[in-house]
Amino acid sequence: MPTLRHTAASASASATWAALAFIAGAVLAAATGLIFLAPGGSAWSGTFTDPYVWRVARFTLWQAALSALLSILFAMPVAHALARRARFTGRTWLIRLLSLPLALPQLVAVMGILSLWGRHGWLARAAHFTGLPGLPGIYGLTGILLAHVFFNMPLAARILTAALERIPGEYWRLAAQLAMPRAAIWRHIAWPAMARVIPGAALLIFMLCATSFTVVLILGGGPAATTLEVAIYQALRFDFDPPRAMALSLLQVLVTTAVFFILRRFTRAPDVTASLEAPHAHPAGNDPAARLADTFWIGLAAIFTAAPLAAIAAAGLTPDLVPLLASPALHGALLASLILAAAAAALTLILSWALLQSLRLRDPSFAAMGDLAASLILVIPPVVLGAGWFIILHRAGQEATLAPVLVATINALMSLPFAWRILRPPFEEAQARYGRLCAALDITGLARLRLVDWPMLRRPLGLAAALSLALSIGDLGAIALFGSESFRTLPWLLYQKLGSYRTDEAAGLALILLVFILALMALAEALGGQSRRNTP
Amino acid sequence: MFKTISVLILALAALAAPVRAADKPVLTIYTYDSFSADWGPGPAVKAAFEKTCGCTVKYTGLKDGVSILNRLKLEGSSTKADIVLGLDTNLITETRASGLNAPHGLKLTGLKLPISWSDGDFVPYDWAHFAVIYDSRRIKTPPRSLEELVSGPAEQKIVLQDPRTSTPGLGFLLWMKSVYGPGAAAKWKQLKRRILTITPGWSAAYGLFTKGEAPMVLSYVTSPAYHMIEDKTTRYKAAKFAEGHYLQVEVAAAVKTSAHPKLAHDFLAFMITPAFQDNIPTKNWMFPAAPTSRPLPEAFGKLIKPSRTLLYPPQVVSKNRKAWIAEWLKAMSE
Repeated sequence: MPTLRHTAASASASATWAALAFIAGAVLAAATGLIFLAPGGSAWSGTFTDPYVWRVARFTLWQAALSALLSILFAMPVAHALARRARFTGRTWLIRLLSLPLALPQLVAVMGILSLWGRHGWLARAAHFTGLPGLPGIYGLTGILLAHVFFNMPLAARILTAALERIPGEYWRLAAQLAMPRAAIWRHIAWPAMARVIPGAALLIFMLCATSFTVVLILGGGPAATTLEVAIYQALRFDFDPPRAMALSLLQVLVTTAVFFILRRFTRAPDVTASLEAPHAHPAGNDPAARLADTFWIGLAAIFTAAPLAAIAAAGLTPDLVPLLASPALHGALLASLILAAAAAALTLILSWALLQSLRLRDPSFAAMGDLAASLILVIPPVVLGAGWFIILHRAGQEATLAPVLVATINALMSLPFAWRILRPPFEEAQARYGRLCAALDITGLARLRLVDWPMLRRPLGLAAALSLALSIGDLGAIALFGSESFRTLPWLLYQKLGSYRTDEAAGLALILLVFILALMALAEALGGQSRRNTP
Repeated sequence: MFKTISVLILALAALAAPVRAADKPVLTIYTYDSFSADWGPGPAVKAAFEKTCGCTVKYTGLKDGVSILNRLKLEGSSTKADIVLGLDTNLITETRASGLNAPHGLKLTGLKLPISWSDGDFVPYDWAHFAVIYDSRRIKTPPRSLEELVSGPAEQKIVLQDPRTSTPGLGFLLWMKSVYGPGAAAKWKQLKRRILTITPGWSAAYGLFTKGEAPMVLSYVTSPAYHMIEDKTTRYKAAKFAEGHYLQVEVAAAVKTSAHPKLAHDFLAFMITPAFQDNIPTKNWMFPAAPTSRPLPEAFGKLIKPSRTLLYPPQVVSKNRKAWIAEWLKAMSE
C-alpha cells in the first residue's frame, strides 16, 4: 500500500514538474532568443533609470488596481443575484454571454463600447435627442476603466457565481431552519464563499488590465495614458530595441509578482467541510425586495454587457454580409482559427491538469509554484514570446512549418491562467472531499479520473475548454509576427479589412466571429455538462 | 484523447505553407497585408509578373512597413525574402543600416513623383501626401492651414496616430516639425485640446472617424477617392493646407542575400511598368509612381492638389527621430 501511494504521489509530482518545465522553458528560450540572437538595441540599465518608464509603471499599476476593484465590486451583487436565481429563462445564455467580451479582439470590443458610450454613441445621441446633458467625454482614465470593467466584470461574475454554487446544500437548509435573516446569510455563507475566490479573481483581472494594450491606446486619449505593455510594443516597433523590451517585460513581471504575493496573503484555504451532498443551488429569497434587487443587478449586468455586443452585431448586418459568408477567404480563416483554437485549448487543459496535480501533494510551496506559473504567464508579453521564438525557429529554418504550432502554444499559455482559476477551486474541493477516501481505497490514475475527478470536474473542464477556445480564436497578438498567405485566422482577416477602408466587411466579420465564439462555447460546455451523471 | 491530439497535430502541420511545385523558382516578397490581400494589388501583380518571369511569386503579408523591416532585421542574412515591398522613405536609412538591401541597377527615368528621385537601392512604386480628412456633414468650414487646425475650436476633434508605432503618425509629427521647426512642441500643446485620442495605427483611427467619434482624422489625400469610387459618396473630403503637405513615398528593394537576384531585379523593373502601376490607384488607393496604361479614374482628378510638398531626407529623419519623438512625448504628456 505505501508503495502504491508513493507511486501516485511521484506521478503527480512529475506531471507538475513537466508542466513547470514546459512553461519556464517556453519563456526562457524566448528571452534567450531575443537577447542573444536579435540584432541591435540599447543598454538594459538605461531603462530602469528613465523617469518616463517609472511614470508608465505607476500608471499601469494604478489603472489596473482600479479596474480590478471596480470589476469585483460590480460583479459581487451580480454573482449573488445569479446564484440566488438558479432558474430563469435565458440564464444559461446570459452566463455564456458573460464570457464573450474577453474573447473578442480588443479593437472590435472597443468599437462596440464606443457605439454605446462614445461621443457619437447611443447614449450621447439619446441625450442630444431628449435635451438632457450628455455624458462627459470618456477618453482618458474613464474610458480605460469602463472598457476594463466591460471585459472583466463578467469574468469576475462567472468566477464568483461558480463559488456560490459550490456552497454545500446543508448550509442552506441550516440557514432555513435557523430562519437566518438575509444579512446573516450574506455574512456567514455567501461572503465567505466569495471571499475565498476574490483574491484570485482580482489578481487575474489586475494582470489582464496591467497588460492591457489596445484599450489603453485607443481610449487613453494620448501618450499620458500608457502602460508597460504599450511601451514594450513601442520598443519593438520603430526603435527595434529588444534589450529595452526585455527590461520592460522584466519590470512588468517583477511588479506583478509583488502584487501576486500581496494578494496571496489574503487567499484562504478552501472550505474542507465534508459534505455528503452534491452542491446545491442557492435558494431564492422569495420576498419582493430580494426579487427586485436580483432583477436589477442581473438586468444591469445584462444590459452593460449585451449592449456593446448588440452594437457589434448590428453593425455587422450590412449588405456585405452575404457575399462575405460565401467567400473562400472566410472559410479558410474559420478553419485555420478553429484548428489553432482547438489545439490551444487542448494544450491548456493538459497543462492545467498537470499543474493541478501539485495540489495533491500537500506541499504548500509546491502548490504556490504551480499557482505562480499559471498566473504570471499572463504578464509575459505575447509579442516578446513570439519574437523570441520566431528567431529560434528561423535559425533552425523551421519558421514556416512550426509557426502554427508556436501560435497555438502561445495561445495555450495565455489562456492557462483562466483555466487555472476555473479548475483550481473544484479540484481542491474534490481533493478535500475524496482525497482520503481515494487514498484509503487505493483509487489512483485513470480509475480516480473516471470515478472521482471527472464527475466532479467535467463542468469546470468544459467551461475552461470553452473559455480557452474563445480566447484563442479572438487572439491576434501572437499571430501578428507570422503573417503569411497560407495561414490566416479570422481576426487577422478582420484587421486586414480594417487596414484597407473595408469597415463594413470588418464589421460583418466581427459579427461572424461573435456568433462563432458563442457557438463554440455552447458546444464545449455541452460536452462537459451533458455526459452521464455518475455521482460517486 | 491521444487520438484527438494527434489529429490536432496533423491539422496544425497542414496549416503550414503547402508544398509547391518544385520546378519553378519562387520569388518571395515581404509586403504589408493590404497589398497582398485578395482586394489589394497583390494578386493582379502576381499574375502579370508570372506571365513573363517563369517563376512563382509568393507574398508574405505582414502588418505594415515597420513590420517588414523588423521581420527582415529578425531574420538577418538568412531571410527568405527576395524583395521587400512597402517600406516608406522614413524607413530607408534604417533598412540600409541593416546591410540587407541590394542596389537596384535601374535607370529610374520617367517616374511620376512630386520630388526628384535618385536613390540607388530603393525603387518608389506609389505615393500620396498626408492630409486631414473631414466629414463634410459635420464640418462646414474645414481648416485651411495647419495653423488653423492647431488653433481651431476644441470641440471639433481629430484622431491622430502614435508616431512611435504608426507611419502616418510619424508622418504627421514630421509635418508639424517641418512647418514649425523648434516651435513644434508649443504647437503640439495647443493642438492637444483638439485631439480626441491617439491610436496605435491607421486602422483604428480611421475606424473611429467613420464611426463618427471625431469629425477629422489624419489620413491621405487619396482617401476621399476610395469613398467616391467604392461608397459613391463625397461626404469625406481632404482639407488643403496652405503650408503644404507632407509626402509619403512607398518603396521596394531587392534583398542582398536573395538566391534569385536576376528575378528580383526584373521584378523591380516590372514594378515601374503599366502592368504593375495600373493596379495602384484603385487597389492600393495611392498615386502611381510611374505611367499607367490608362488615365486615372475621374475621382482622382477631384482630389486636392497640395501647393507645396514637404519631405525631410531619410538621413535627417533617422538622425532626429528619437529626439523629436521625445519632444512630442513631453509636450503631450504634460
